[in-house]
Amino acid sequence: MKIEARSLSFSVRGKTLLQDVSLAVQPGETLALVGPNGSGKSTLMRLLSGLAKPSQGDVLLADQPLARLTRREIAQRIAIVEQQADTAERITARSVVELGRTPWLSALKPWSGEDTQHVDKALRTVEMEEFAPREWSTLSGGERQRLHIARALAQRPGLLLLDEPTNHLDIHHQLSILNCIRNLKVTTVVALHDLNQALTCDRVAVLSHGRLVALGAPAQALAPETVSEFFGIKARWARDAAGDAPFLSFQLA
Amino acid sequence: MSAAAALAWQGARGACLALPVLAAAVLAGTMIGETSLAPDLVLSVLANKLAGAGLPVDPVDQGIIWSYRLPRALVAGACGAALAVAGVVLQALLRNALADPYILGISAGASTGAVAVTIAGLGGGALSLSFGAFNGALLAFGFVAILARAAGAGGSRAAAAQIVLAGIAGSQLFNALTAFIIAKSANADQARGIMFWLMGNLSGVRWPDVWLAVPLAIAGWMICRFHARALDAFTFGSDSAASLGIPVRRVQLVLIFATALTTAVMVSIVGSIGFVGLVIPHAARFLVGPGHRRLMPVAALTGAVFLIAADIVSRIIIPGQVLPIGVVTALIGAPSFAVILVRGQRTAR
Repeated sequence: MKIEARSLSFSVRGKTLLQDVSLAVQPGETLALVGPNGSGKSTLMRLLSGLAKPSQGDVLLADQPLARLTRREIAQRIAIVEQQADTAERITARSVVELGRTPWLSALKPWSGEDTQHVDKALRTVEMEEFAPREWSTLSGGERQRLHIARALAQRPGLLLLDEPTNHLDIHHQLSILNCIRNLKVTTVVALHDLNQALTCDRVAVLSHGRLVALGAPAQALAPETVSEFFGIKARWARDAAGDAPFLSFQLA
Repeated sequence: MSAAAALAWQGARGACLALPVLAAAVLAGTMIGETSLAPDLVLSVLANKLAGAGLPVDPVDQGIIWSYRLPRALVAGACGAALAVAGVVLQALLRNALADPYILGISAGASTGAVAVTIAGLGGGALSLSFGAFNGALLAFGFVAILARAAGAGGSRAAAAQIVLAGIAGSQLFNALTAFIIAKSANADQARGIMFWLMGNLSGVRWPDVWLAVPLAIAGWMICRFHARALDAFTFGSDSAASLGIPVRRVQLVLIFATALTTAVMVSIVGSIGFVGLVIPHAARFLVGPGHRRLMPVAALTGAVFLIAADIVSRIIIPGQVLPIGVVTALIGAPSFAVILVRGQRTAR
């Protein structure tokens, strides 16, 4: 599902968090969103998901203005995994994923076998089947994160928005989650801190001080000069003895 | 099975499980008291009144059962169920384990309204205590709602916290007004009477109260039950609920107004019975988990049975004297809740 941002701006209490951001993500594409802390990644995510309304500009989902869809219609198309969503409820891992079916259920359309299948599949995708009966409070940060992703997958969205999904994950799960995301057929926008992980996505957008400063193929958008300028460090391409693809290496400027 | 049939089946099955328990509780409420009455006597009275059976029953017994104990048990049940469900809803919506039906200032406002009518003489004796309590409750709730709105609740991430804070501010204000009125114009007897009312009192309950409390409890329950899945979606906060397709503002408005109105009416009939709305939801959660489709019926049933039982105890524990029911709910409720709390912790490990 295609999503397009048209000159989005967002400000709260006179402070501009995002200014004139325009970009389009094509169906099936995985776009990485990178930028220093406070550059507006999460804000852009919230605007794209309709959780916040832009001060100026429009979001178009499959060429339809997002503002014209109801919350439920949006939730049937877009799933978002935000940072640090926690609960004190004694809820099981499986019921967390089952929440993802909410936009598809109503008083006249109760839970069915199809919903169970979607939940099973989502749990399998994030390798959490064995944890299904466990209580939320007994799970580690990484396990919780994987459940949030499974919940979003159970929504069967056409567009998946992930705000730093690899936070709290060990390296194995970081790589497997990223791999899983890249292989999904859904359009994905993923905010990442690890620039080398961003290199593996289809395209990369770089945000700095609320503005879109680079957008394009990973090697081009994350050229060492760009990275050095906007992250305030010194970056260069490096290769290891075995590797074929170059990666970014950093040091303080 | 079609979707509608499945829903009807679910409802029917739930009713089949709940109604006998409720009926047994109400029967116990009518049998037990200072003079114990046999169950067949109670059933004869019911047959006479409802079906015109014309069975021979002592008119005094019939009066006790039909005019006093039965309406009292029914109102206690309705009130217990309504308060417990209101507690479940507000705890989920505000994501606060300490939320209870009074968190929006309703009990504080009701007491101010009650003392304004009975002690300060508002309305020159033409207004009843329940009328004053109901309007006081609505006034306080209105104050809290406007304050929460002005403080930026609704939409923003901290909305739930703002509502709770506004509720605390409102409660403090109206409690202070109550204390002011009592200090300024009440004599010792009036102060004692008001204190009794504040702790909850079912003595004055008659049939008109039943016709108000029972339909309202059922209506409130249906509105809340309809939103069960939406409440589940609030598990991870209102943003998460919104991203799951819940129209957060509308659900918050509907549920907060429904619970506030129900609670205000219940408080105006029986006074502010504490503890039920706070603790029954937690107890029910320990029993069936946090999913609202099971939690809500269980909380309603537990609340109803608990309050009917508490009313029985309040009538018989001290011979010749009726305790305020709020004292009983807290005295029974607190220790049993402590047991549940400790047990729940053990099974979790």
